[in-house]
Amino acid sequence: MDLLNAFITLANFVIVPAIAYGSQLALGALGVTLIYGILRFSNFAHGDTMAFGTMITILITWLFQSWGLSLGVFPTALLALPFGIAGCALFVLMTDRAVYRFYRVQKAKPVILVIVSMGVMFIMNGVVRFIIGPDDHAFGDGERFIISARTFREMTGLQEGLAIRTSTGITVITAIIVVAILFWFLNKTRTGKSMRAYSDNEDLALLSGINPERVVMVTWIIVAALATVAGTLYGLDKSFKAFTYFQLLLPIFASAIVGGLGSPVGAIAGGFIIAFSEVLVTYAWKKVLVYALPDGIGPDGLAQLLSTDYKFAVSFLILLIVLLFRPTGLFKGKSV
Amino acid sequence: MNEMVKNTGLFALVAVLIVITGISQSWNTALLILNMGLISAIMALGVNLQWGFAGLFNVGVMGFVALGGLATVLIATPPTQGAWGAGGYAIVLGLIMGAATITAAVLVYQRMAKGRLRVFTMLAILIVGFYLFRAVFDSGVSTVEAINPASAGNIGGLGLPILLAWPVGGLLAAGVAWIIGKVALGLRSDYLAIATLGIAEIIIAVLKNEDWLARGVKNVIGLPRPVPFEVDLQRDPQFVERAAGFGMDPVTASTIYVKLEYAALFAVVLIILLWLAQKALNSPWGRMMRAIRDNEVAAEAMGKDVTRRHLQIFILGSAICGVAGAMMTTLDGQLTPGTYQPLRFTFLVWVMVIVGGSGNNFGAVLGGFLIWFLWVQVEPMGLWLMSTITSGMGDGALRSHLMDSAAHMRLFTMGLILLLVLRFSPRGLIPEK
Repeated sequence: MDLLNAFITLANFVIVPAIAYGSQLALGALGVTLIYGILRFSNFAHGDTMAFGTMITILITWLFQSWGLSLGVFPTALLALPFGIAGCALFVLMTDRAVYRFYRVQKAKPVILVIVSMGVMFIMNGVVRFIIGPDDHAFGDGERFIISARTFREMTGLQEGLAIRTSTGITVITAIIVVAILFWFLNKTRTGKSMRAYSDNEDLALLSGINPERVVMVTWIIVAALATVAGTLYGLDKSFKAFTYFQLLLPIFASAIVGGLGSPVGAIAGGFIIAFSEVLVTYAWKKVLVYALPDGIGPDGLAQLLSTDYKFAVSFLILLIVLLFRPTGLFKGKSV
Repeated sequence: MNEMVKNTGLFALVAVLIVITGISQSWNTALLILNMGLISAIMALGVNLQWGFAGLFNVGVMGFVALGGLATVLIATPPTQGAWGAGGYAIVLGLIMGAATITAAVLVYQRMAKGRLRVFTMLAILIVGFYLFRAVFDSGVSTVEAINPASAGNIGGLGLPILLAWPVGGLLAAGVAWIIGKVALGLRSDYLAIATLGIAEIIIAVLKNEDWLARGVKNVIGLPRPVPFEVDLQRDPQFVERAAGFGMDPVTASTIYVKLEYAALFAVVLIILLWLAQKALNSPWGRMMRAIRDNEVAAEAMGKDVTRRHLQIFILGSAICGVAGAMMTTLDGQLTPGTYQPLRFTFLVWVMVIVGGSGNNFGAVLGGFLIWFLWVQVEPMGLWLMSTITSGMGDGALRSHLMDSAAHMRLFTMGLILLLVLRFSPRGLIPEK
């Protein structure tokens, strides 16, 4: 029995990766939930918005790398991130002007907007594949580890190592900063307050002189920023592939719904719930159990509840459970 | 009358497009477009039933189509020697135990009084049930998968005629639709969308990973066919003679003959379903559905059970998608779970329905043919366009990149068509009456 090693193994393979993945999902889900709260539809193009922003970031990163520009131990992508956000915001604002505004003025039913977002999804998907292709791209550079498993073992003298990758650290820190800024913005600034007012009651907000077009514009810019940051962090952590980003739609929506659509706090909680359950259920517990249990009664098999190929099934099951028992989500979302 | 002329004209236009393909490219290409167009039209009918009649937003078409494909394997392939004896029954028993566990948990939830005891009982049943299920199920799976894994490794099918797989595919899809509908219908419309999106991904994941079922990503090839094989036709002196009578060489003649037989089979299914859908649309039931779609509150006040009616039509529509999926796998002659892509199998069908005209069965059928034609032909058109545009550039890296990327134009084009139709003709080419 060796509880310390058991805990280190758990931290290395479950807790650290799940925190990183959870932060990425939370940022994605925040974007979905903001659009839902303010524009009142489920944006199916969100995964592809993430892919688009990340693509711009990657292109700028490559440009910087060719100039020899770098951030030393940090990935160059961080330097390119503001440009990615700007590019994504521009594109998203263009789609709003060209596509969504028409239906907003018409006061079309939300489900029509969802179908419209499906069209936008096709176009963004096409554009991304057109520019950068459907292949995998790894674009992280700089130092790979904050602490590598080996250094950790040498430092502590334990059998198991705890590796913390730079991308994980950057993901968590960036996510905290972005979320802090977002909440400050929503709660303290005039624009943020008008956004919340618009989300709560559109007619009342209009009566009190809030300019809806401005609220919508600011929302799209914030959503583009969140999507680009989430996409870039995911890409740094894993790798960039257009189709993977499209598939992220399911866990992201699951996070937003589990937390309660329209509730920013809910989106963050939902992101971590989904991430932790995906990793916990698909992790092979054998090593941890061998350490944690007294000698001789460790499991024979891998002690894996579900194979990793079913990670989508996990987010889906949690979604079903929440839909069955608490249809508005854990943090009371809205229900249009 | 005027409307009739316009609609006939639209169908004639699609027919002309396919004939032009036959003349300018090859009749084999044209017939392949026709066959897949027939299948697409059936899928579009299914989605139209859900969206056009009842306003249900199903984005899990891919899953139901894949279930239809699974049905062909389970019905038509010969059973694997010894698989049932080795572990097939254990697998079935395991699945039954899994279902029993969930039923027990649901019963406990419904019958017991609210409180902590109920939660603990449910959890205990689920946890114990899960481990029992895994124990029985896994042992069955490993023995079945160990049988000749290079060519089999699955429980195989029943060895029945493949045409029987078509209705069975519909039944499988209906069963899954019932489960999803029970959970997600009656809640907000977006929830059904997300739930169907999720179940489609899960069905594909199951098909890819459960090797005992349909060999997973190892694919099942050489499915039985309802039509003769080309090679056999070419060996048949009578057929060769008849082909010579038409002035065709036997190889081309046999491929075209086989495709025509498929087309006839598919057309029969399409006509039956279209007739049924038209009957349904114009029956009291169809009017009730549209009334529910247009005003749920009023329909509920009139004593209609909205959720039940939604469940009913959701199951029917999904079953039609399942039939179409079985037909498609029959046409391909193989089940390849890796090729199921949501953009191709879910969202493209949606483009068909919206462009054709939601709420109108003929519109959905037209959309199925037209969009499928474009989906196939946009790629060569894009390549041609791109090579024309870039012809002045010389052979640089940019040109080769643009040429490589031209293939992705079809996604862009489909999105553009969808948005343009939604904006300028939201009721589609053949609007609902």
